Amino acid sequence: MNAFSTVTSLAVPLIRENIDTDIIIPSREIRSVTKKGLAKGLFAGWRYEAGYEPKPDFVLNRPEYAGAQILLGGANFGCGSSREQAIWALAEHGFRVIIAPSFNPIFRRNCVRNFVLPAIADPAPMAKVDGPLHVDLTARTISDGDQTWAFDIDDGSAEVLASGLDEIGRTLLSADKIGAWRAKDRAARPWIYLENRA
Amino acid sequence: MVNGGMDTLVAIDRIWLHERTGGVALTSLAESGRPIAEPANVFVTLDHVVDTLPGRTDDTMMPTGSEFIRVTRAAALAAGLTFFDLDDERQGIIHVISPEQGVVLPGVTLVCPDSHTCTQGAFGALAWGIGSTEAEHALATMTLNLVRPQAMCISVDGTLGSDIQAKDLALYVISQIGSAGARGHVIEFTGSAIEALSIEGRMTLCNMAAEMGAFSAIIAPDAKVFDYLKGRPYAPAGFDWHDALQSWKDLHSDDGAMFDAQFVFDAADVSPMVSWGTNPQQSSSFQSAPASGKAADGDARSLDYMDVSADRPVTGLPIGGAFIGSCTNARFEDLEIAARVLKGRKVADGVRAICVPGSGNVKRRAEDAGIDRVFREAGFEWREPGCSMCFFVGGESFGEGERVISSTNRNFENRQGAGTRTHIASPASVAASAVMGRIASVRELEELDAV
Repeated sequence: MNAFSTVTSLAVPLIRENIDTDIIIPSREIRSVTKKGLAKGLFAGWRYEAGYEPKPDFVLNRPEYAGAQILLGGANFGCGSSREQAIWALAEHGFRVIIAPSFNPIFRRNCVRNFVLPAIADPAPMAKVDGPLHVDLTARTISDGDQTWAFDIDDGSAEVLASGLDEIGRTLLSADKIGAWRAKDRAARPWIYLENRA
Repeated sequence: MVNGGMDTLVAIDRIWLHERTGGVALTSLAESGRPIAEPANVFVTLDHVVDTLPGRTDDTMMPTGSEFIRVTRAAALAAGLTFFDLDDERQGIIHVISPEQGVVLPGVTLVCPDSHTCTQGAFGALAWGIGSTEAEHALATMTLNLVRPQAMCISVDGTLGSDIQAKDLALYVISQIGSAGARGHVIEFTGSAIEALSIEGRMTLCNMAAEMGAFSAIIAPDAKVFDYLKGRPYAPAGFDWHDALQSWKDLHSDDGAMFDAQFVFDAADVSPMVSWGTNPQQSSSFQSAPASGKAADGDARSLDYMDVSADRPVTGLPIGGAFIGSCTNARFEDLEIAARVLKGRKVADGVRAICVPGSGNVKRRAEDAGIDRVFREAGFEWREPGCSMCFFVGGESFGEGERVISSTNRNFENRQGAGTRTHIASPASVAASAVMGRIASVRELEELDAV
């Protein structure tokens, strides 16, 4: 079940502006036509020396963050290439929430389609917290048990995350309406429908 | 549009897929057992990981690249999709071949799991980049759930200088509004300077909207667009052409239309531009030092990675590589302009210069016009079409610490190879720099010649 309600975890601080999807997963780390096996390449350029030797000073390699499910990022997080491998790698590594002041629109939609919550909020005060953060999608809040911060998300994305439902299946429930619309459109714009092409 | 709750369900007219992100969408959908709703409206090609050296095969310099090629080809053919294979002259970079084939049209919705899909907004289409999971949804339903994007107007009036290309204008706009300046918006580019741009120039400008964080970009279609599309293989013909044309003529914003955000620029303020940092907003004129631009968080890191000084323009820094290609600047006009700079000149010693035409059609047209000879005689490699060295996939790279001037769209860290330092600029500036052996605009090359 993919349905998202709450997550409680330490948060990994990686608050830099414009972290692009080439940084999240370099193209050379995408070796196969699959959604799996990508976590190893996550942040590869920052995370490893040659030969995949972990760089001890990179935050993701610090032992206390093993298993962390929350990532704190900077503004315009996930900019650049549309590669969904970026979010597949983050999710496979175990991240279920990314908190940033803003997200690239394609990356944000990719998060939602993979049931990772892109929470829009200023992560700076959260980076000062020592213990775990508690993220609540219904309340749209992040809390350290002491302070509580609100985050933004559009209603449609929140609904998809909370439902955990396969989006194609949901849309196909409206197949009749879609078919009726297309029949009308086919009469108005026949050149759109290339199966009719001579 | 069908109202689908919080989001709006938007009808999709055209889908493009490539091997890098499209193959996985096709195989994943096939595994789910769901059929493709309108196979005739889905186009597939190979551009991202294919080799671009002459005599190429399915084997790639990228380790495991051939898997992407073979899986995508097999899935596309099994599903009965229109597929442009490596040996097909129609093959090339999607955002170059889609208009060549008349697949993109004014008023269509077009999606592709590729962030530079916004390029095709130059034809008055709503074209945008999606993820692979969204691509599966589009394939299965010919719809996507969408939150209505905000609208931004960027108008540029006046006349661009004779040595200014659309790429310079794009970098100028990004340097002014920032890499997230248009985040989530559809940008409509308007104004006399936009109307005056060629179709190729408009595509370059719309392409770079991805580097402004935009959802997409669009330019109202006009006679230039209609003339370009007429007679293209997948464009409407006969009575359909007449009807389509009538409907396309209404595709413009009303006078006094309201936008969520608006910027106004003067074409006279635009100089030849070059990036100095690791994000396209970190760009300036060839005469300006990085510190004269808008200082931002991360500038120090960028200066360090690029090994440039905040106080001195990057002009004059020696280069080891020059690259002309990509969905930004590999169309016929781009190559023609670069060839004008290169004619009768030689690439400087120690510079590896590469030209990769954007499509088989561009390549043949250039060869028919003798442009390939100009490139070759100057010392450029002349390649087969594809995305090539715009990004590093584990195969070819310019090398660690190498400084490269490139007509591509992204100067990110490690984009063209581990430690490679990428400066993005127009094809004319790339050609001039290749000849000079250092970062230079055409103005400097011509001043040198005049001495």
